[in-house]
Amino acid sequence: MTLAATLAELVSDFRANGRIVIVGASLAGLRGAEALREEGFSGSLTIIGDEPYEPYDRPPLSKQVLKGWVPAEHTLLPRFREVDAQWRLGVAATGLDRVARQVRLADGEQVPYHRLLIATGTRARPWPNPAEAALEGVFALRSRDDAARLQRALAARPSRVLVIGGGFIGSEVASVCRELDIPVTLTERGPAPLVGALGGVIGEIAAQMQRDHGVDLRCGVSVASLEGDAAGHVRRARLSDGTTVEVDVVLAALGSIRNVEWLQGSGLAAGPWGVGCDAGGRAFDINGVVTDSVYVAGDVARMPHVLYEYQFLAMEHWDNAVFGAEVAAHNMVNLEPHYRPHLSLPGFWSGQFGVNIKSVGVPPFGDEIVFTQGSVKDRSFAAAYGRRGRIVAAVTFDHGKWLEYYARLIEQSAPFPPPPPGWDRPDVMEPVPAEFPAPGVPTAIPDVVLTGHDPNERRAEFRPRGH
Amino acid sequence: MRIVVDLNRCQGYAQCVYLAHEVFRLTGTEALTYEPNPDDARRLEVERAAAACPVRAIMIDRLDGAERGAAS
Repeated sequence: MTLAATLAELVSDFRANGRIVIVGASLAGLRGAEALREEGFSGSLTIIGDEPYEPYDRPPLSKQVLKGWVPAEHTLLPRFREVDAQWRLGVAATGLDRVARQVRLADGEQVPYHRLLIATGTRARPWPNPAEAALEGVFALRSRDDAARLQRALAARPSRVLVIGGGFIGSEVASVCRELDIPVTLTERGPAPLVGALGGVIGEIAAQMQRDHGVDLRCGVSVASLEGDAAGHVRRARLSDGTTVEVDVVLAALGSIRNVEWLQGSGLAAGPWGVGCDAGGRAFDINGVVTDSVYVAGDVARMPHVLYEYQFLAMEHWDNAVFGAEVAAHNMVNLEPHYRPHLSLPGFWSGQFGVNIKSVGVPPFGDEIVFTQGSVKDRSFAAAYGRRGRIVAAVTFDHGKWLEYYARLIEQSAPFPPPPPGWDRPDVMEPVPAEFPAPGVPTAIPDVVLTGHDPNERRAEFRPRGH
Repeated sequence: MRIVVDLNRCQGYAQCVYLAHEVFRLTGTEALTYEPNPDDARRLEVERAAAACPVRAIMIDRLDGAERGAAS
């Protein structure tokens, strides 16, 4: 038998009789499972999730669920095919033994695998003072249960809500509060909301938008402490500028922590940054050498992106979970030269204060910004981010139809400032500094996200620069 | 029934809002929100909305309540 034939037999035997375990039962875990079956994997498949629920969608939680329109349990994800899996829900993975090829569960069970997909995502960063975090009325927002609890608190018409952190979650919750006509104070340590994700120029527009909608926005301050009453319910926040705010609901919107603790001692390149992997989703071990049996997808994955100088990006976005899982699943049941790269352009959306904010590319990778379409005054515009004379990202406020135009330019490494699409031009089209915080300056959103279209056909190629 | 809208793809054409206004809503001129698990009685209008979406952003459960496996 030739080597090629032997390898082909190995692949087909694995597809028929292999044993795959997916840790993480959210968007990436589910789409990964579906993709494995779609790829022809008919072996044993186990899906492990620490929450007791089957996979649900998170973006609605901070919007229509909090508003009280949609119940939190109405967020179950649609299924696109049967996955014929053993589901282990409500039990967390607590350890990984790569030598024995076993995942250890919280109930002591050891689940053996031939190939493993890590999709454990992130959790909300809790308020750092545990006693204050335990006060009644102090919330975080990541899970379906979190959303149900916060929704009930908002429905009880609190006198004032304090949102700590002006990232996307914090800003969306402040928006919901105003829609519900609940007074809200938002504190942001940086100079403006959304500054970590979109920079100070856009942040200033977001700040004005919040104030116009009645948000009591306090930038450049942090919350020093939370105080409760005799019954243990939060009543007051002391801010770093010496002022106090009377509140009875507090949301800590401090960004996310990656769920990697269970991988301690596994010898993988896992840490606060996520799990390092190649662009095909294959995990790196602690030495930076790629593994053959462990794969990563979704929010917890950190992989190099060809358009961004091969920097490792953690892309905490919805599309990234879907496409990353599909790519990892494909590569789990194939061998070289049939590996696929995950090359989608990052992208995200956020509905807040009646405006649809969308972005494509990696805005913090840029250092300049130029408004290319529409009107800032009307909060209906497009702007592009540039670095060293090439376009690296774009953001739109109620101009989403134009985003694809900018996505194509980014994929082509087109010049910055980019050619405007030909109408709707703003009066001033001069690039200005995008005003991202210096590295190390804490913001609510320290990380970058990713999405795109039909990644299966994407490939990287080198092109001469300078035009 | 279960649906999900790819809001990266959605461009706010709002055809779905006209065809199934109990399920899809616009906040402002472009930001779409929706009921992810609408009542089965709305299936026909949701399917029409999905078919009418110019960018094909609305995805509907294909298992139709059949074996979803996850016992919870």
